Amino acid sequence: MLRGILIGVLALGVAGTAFWGYQEHREKNAILINAENNYQRAFHDLTYQIDVLHDKIGTTLAMNSRNSLSPALADVWKLTSEAHSNVGQLPLTLLPFNKTEEFLASIGDFSYKTAVRDLDKEPLSEKEYQSLKKLYSQAGEIQQDLRKVQHMVLKNNLRWMDVEMALATDSQPADNTIIDGFKTVEKTVDGYGETDFGPAFVNMQKKDENFKYLEGKEITKKEAENIAKKYAAFGNNVNIKVTENGDGSKYGFFSVTVQDNKTKNEANMDITKKGGYPIWFILARDVKKQAISLNDASIKAIQFLKDNGFESLDLFESAQYDNVGVFTFVTNENDIRIYPDSIKIKIALDNGKLLGFSAEDYLRAHHVRDIPKPVITREDARSKINPQVKVMEEGMAIIINDINQEVLCYEFLGTLGDDTYRVFINADDGNEERVEKLKNAEQIFDDVV
Amino acid sequence: MKKNLFITKVILIISLCMLFVPISGNDRKVTAFTNQVIQQGAVGDDVIELQSRLQYLGFYNGKIDGVFGWGTYWALRNFQYEFGLDIDGMAGGKTKKKLVDASKYDKAFVKEQINKGSKFTHYGGVDLEKQKKPAGQSAEKPKAPANNNGGGQKAEQKPTATNIPNGFSQNDIQLMANAVYGEARGEPYTGQVAVAAVILNRVDSASFPNTVSGVIFEPRAFTAVADGQIWLTPNETAKKAVMDALNGWDPTGNALYYFNPDTATSGWIWSRPQIKQIGKHIFCK
Repeated sequence: MLRGILIGVLALGVAGTAFWGYQEHREKNAILINAENNYQRAFHDLTYQIDVLHDKIGTTLAMNSRNSLSPALADVWKLTSEAHSNVGQLPLTLLPFNKTEEFLASIGDFSYKTAVRDLDKEPLSEKEYQSLKKLYSQAGEIQQDLRKVQHMVLKNNLRWMDVEMALATDSQPADNTIIDGFKTVEKTVDGYGETDFGPAFVNMQKKDENFKYLEGKEITKKEAENIAKKYAAFGNNVNIKVTENGDGSKYGFFSVTVQDNKTKNEANMDITKKGGYPIWFILARDVKKQAISLNDASIKAIQFLKDNGFESLDLFESAQYDNVGVFTFVTNENDIRIYPDSIKIKIALDNGKLLGFSAEDYLRAHHVRDIPKPVITREDARSKINPQVKVMEEGMAIIINDINQEVLCYEFLGTLGDDTYRVFINADDGNEERVEKLKNAEQIFDDVV
Repeated sequence: MKKNLFITKVILIISLCMLFVPISGNDRKVTAFTNQVIQQGAVGDDVIELQSRLQYLGFYNGKIDGVFGWGTYWALRNFQYEFGLDIDGMAGGKTKKKLVDASKYDKAFVKEQINKGSKFTHYGGVDLEKQKKPAGQSAEKPKAPANNNGGGQKAEQKPTATNIPNGFSQNDIQLMANAVYGEARGEPYTGQVAVAAVILNRVDSASFPNTVSGVIFEPRAFTAVADGQIWLTPNETAKKAVMDALNGWDPTGNALYYFNPDTATSGWIWSRPQIKQIGKHIFCK
């Protein structure tokens, strides 16, 4: 009897302990992952901020007026302090990481001092300009090094917790790529601004206006099916499914899925109920070896737009990603580029057929505009540009400025050093509305490992 | 006598030809472009040749990396200006012919340097041997652990740089691909683009962090991050989906949230206004 009770109690004890142990183990794992995620965030945020920092400093180099320089320098200042705090969160207390912090502090000091000063009365001196240039190139180096480390971290799935454990137990970690990488960063001492999607992107606030310019009758499900069938170009042996938008959407649309019964390739598309305009289209399939050039593909894209009733558009940007060509078009009205009206098209470089189409920005922004006459002359606008920038191309454009208004600008493309900049000068009052450093091709890091 | 002269002529011509054959038959022969029109944004061998030739003439001072970017564009325009061609920044038939006539392209040399990963230039009138520097003169770090399963396509000649959408780096793309793969690997392609688009909508939104990594690693934001699935190796599809989202495709109608109705544990998420369903996920504001 007593023995039975004892066995019962002990069994319960063992089971309880096992259960407790398992709970502890799970909690420990959850906390480990959590801590790891925090380190990962701090690290990736840091590399991103250095990226933005580098770009921001590069942009300030091409700026001329106080109106744009002061906010940009304030931005640099903000970024350095953010980057600084992220460096502080990494488990690198046992590593000599002070030079990078010093570098961040010196950019911070410099940008703060110049941002709060009245640059109209006391513009940047030649010496300050040179030091800004130097900071730019240093930031570039650090950026490069950090990206290398980031690439290795991502590629090899490295864990910060491993680094910390290694440092805590004082044993030499088997794989100290992170530590080595940071030592390299430290040696060369490294930079990017808030993500700026460029003039051809409509931002969130603007998005709330919800297709108010669209015209036309409500279409039926059947009509939506036919539009999608035309875009997918699979022929008639297809399986079609149409659904309506949910209540959360502020505008009405149909979502159409078209599946080719033979190849099982699937195309998806959203079409506005009002007027039946295509919002976006995606065709998912494997693209084979490149058979046509980017230029041929751009001709196909232009033809496609013509066939589908989109008019007076300019090819603004083209880029090749593997065997896909992506093209951005913007409206051109009397030689004025209207950047908010943008359409993107993706063409497969194996057969030149449509892979994707995105007209959301265009449908939201496109309407008949009453474009004012410029008040200042082109020469006046040109004189507002930083004299260091060599102007290569010029034109007129409508962009959306920082306070979400469409403004008419003179647009200048120019170079400074190895970088190309796009500068928009307000055609009304000569304000420097926007200065953008254009993206250069990015080095592939495959070979560093 | 006449016949003899003819024979001597023939022999002379043949021997002259023989003289030239070994030179042009050497792998340092002059190769010209394929017949495509090369425009900005293009990548590949033709771009490498274009950059090399422009550099030979001193128009292009950047890196020969096989991506037709802004530097190449201005170099080409300057070339077109100097040589009296139409200035359009595109390498069409006429431009390519002028370029081939005016410059030399040492394909073997350029390819060899690219394959070795060396720093090099290709200016005319300077001994090529003096224009290369071996790779890795900077202090090299120890080799990372063997993880070379990803190098399947190494054998082919590739450009050493790549086009990336404005405002992002390859690493941002990699990180997003990790998140998309962890969250939506079982979803159709459009569903994966949609998840990437939600991440970007959050970056844009004032109520979320302003960086891709900030959004992804925000505590309790994504289940794949909380349970570690984000560290699975993403496939090509996830990467392509991310590229589409970065290039401006948003299949969600500007959604900020999504959830799987079968597994969602929070009641709150059902209270968000729903926009649409893609695959298994419901997207909401």
